[in-house]
Amino acid sequence: MYRYDEHDTTLVRERIEEFRDQIERRMGGRLSEAEFKPLRLMNGVYLQLHAYMLRVAIPYGSLRSEQMRVLAHLARTYDRGYGHFTTRQNIQYNWPALTDIPAMLEDLAEVEMHAIQTSGNCIRNVTADPFAGAARDELEDSRPWAEIIRQWSSLHPEFTFLPRKFKIAVNGAGEDRAGIRVHDIGLQIVQNAQGQLGFEVWVGGGQGRTPRLARKLKDFLEPQDLLSYLTAALRVYNAHGRRDNLYKARIKILVDALGIDGYAAEVEEEWSYIRDGELKLPAGEIARIRSFFSRPSISDPAPLPEAGPAAFRAWLDTNIRPHQVDGLSSAVISLKPIGGTPGDATAEQMDLVADLTERYGFDEVRVTPDQNLVLPHVRNEDLFPVWSALREAGLATANAGLASDIVACPGLDYCNLANARSIPVAQAISETLDAEGLAQAAGEVTIKISGCINACGHHHVAHIGVLGVDKRGEEFYQITLGGAFGEDAAIGEIVGKGLAADDVPPAIARILRAYLDFRDEDERFIDTLRRLGSDAFKEAIYADLAA
Amino acid sequence: MKTLTANRLTDGRVIYRTADGQWTTELDEAQRLSPEEAAELLPVAEAEFGIAVGPYIIDLDEAGPAGQKWRRETIRLAGPTTGTTHVLGAA
Repeated sequence: MYRYDEHDTTLVRERIEEFRDQIERRMGGRLSEAEFKPLRLMNGVYLQLHAYMLRVAIPYGSLRSEQMRVLAHLARTYDRGYGHFTTRQNIQYNWPALTDIPAMLEDLAEVEMHAIQTSGNCIRNVTADPFAGAARDELEDSRPWAEIIRQWSSLHPEFTFLPRKFKIAVNGAGEDRAGIRVHDIGLQIVQNAQGQLGFEVWVGGGQGRTPRLARKLKDFLEPQDLLSYLTAALRVYNAHGRRDNLYKARIKILVDALGIDGYAAEVEEEWSYIRDGELKLPAGEIARIRSFFSRPSISDPAPLPEAGPAAFRAWLDTNIRPHQVDGLSSAVISLKPIGGTPGDATAEQMDLVADLTERYGFDEVRVTPDQNLVLPHVRNEDLFPVWSALREAGLATANAGLASDIVACPGLDYCNLANARSIPVAQAISETLDAEGLAQAAGEVTIKISGCINACGHHHVAHIGVLGVDKRGEEFYQITLGGAFGEDAAIGEIVGKGLAADDVPPAIARILRAYLDFRDEDERFIDTLRRLGSDAFKEAIYADLAA
Repeated sequence: MKTLTANRLTDGRVIYRTADGQWTTELDEAQRLSPEEAAELLPVAEAEFGIAVGPYIIDLDEAGPAGQKWRRETIRLAGPTTGTTHVLGAA
């Protein structure tokens, strides 16, 4: 994994001292809230319903064991004993005091972490495949490229005050696990006819109130041109993005307005001025960054275990992913216990994961866009002790990728922007599906819940999406069907009127029962849905409500 | 019936305005105001410095938060509803 150099260390230390001074001036009355708010947001500090919230950056979702231990320490020392892993591969603390935040940032800096650019209209944490460097279907490890983008975009003076926030994703595998079609810019690593690696560039994807799938901007970008091309793309957006209207300020609206060809022409013109300048990446620098991301090698590879308790074998079936290296596997640590809060982990659980990362995981653990954790490299013979330890800590739920592996935003229980609750709905859905055995029976299904149209729960790209809305003080939930996150990305369709909260879990159970009736043999839920259309499931959603 | 609420500067906790111009975390201690009184008091609270961040007016009835934002304000008052018993119909 990447290690800070003196520039990174200095930059983070200086920022902590700057923010400490800003907090002291706020507490002492020398800064108003209006003056202070943009400063705290630039350091990842929000003011939510009950308290301040600190969002900590986890670059492309990768952590070492010592970093995970510090995240546990922050939860135990400054919060209420837990943290919340997010869909953007970060972690949020829901209860810190403003006056404790400089100390939290100092603790983070000790292990090369910070909260810079986790809010504000800047380039946010880069999303990457959580199985990068491990997945068997990978063409190229996306992490070195995510790290190069991280270094380029950190405190970039030209792109610190963009029209709106800007999110970049990099994916290097056949399956898109980074969501390149729903990011402002998505980079898919591809190989051209000459066998050279490069990037397919996508632009203008995003969710929120105006969901858009990204459009292809460039078929093949040579690696050494990555930063000059991104600079050109950002520069055109920075110049023409709608600063006059918050709801029209994302790049997707600019691409709508100019058309993909019009936007591409502007980018190409801008790029023509800078592509052969100082931003061209030297081969030596690419190699240097790559050298931080070595792949583990082992001797005497063992096969996957075939014996063991039924619960262990069920976990192997759902939570293990194939690895590039014979004898290794990637293990998904589900943060979706039945009835639990999606993405939450206690300090004790984080410490346990840190221990397993150090002992069995080649000192790497990842955060996924599905709000789970991954040990990307585990020897097959170590899977049983890993599972046993996870089970003791309540972290061995065998549901990765199943319908009970629900993504949910914090919703009205925490978030200042939310209109409706998300977490209790997710909890009730997972309990309902578990009680009937539906999650296991239905196989691969994604359910994602957002508590408002900002769509932090990614409901637009769920097979079954749930959007909370407020109608005169009451919570209602719109169901969408047919969304998808990956290489087959799609925006789900609203199927009808909103449901009362109590009606959502049984309605989703009816959808899955209908699927089990409709499906051809071994057909996935999303394939049945695409074959039959969402109307086929509408009756299942609403039939019992009319009775 | 109305009162003023805000978040506390030091830690963000939910607070309410009392009759003597202080702030409390207890809704029972909050000053009950008419709509006109609340509208007059809000700019005073906004102009003060030191304790309250982002004061605003909320509706109350005898039982607690009321009006269209009753659920949001009840969650602010009582905390998240994300326990193990999921009463979805009411906060």
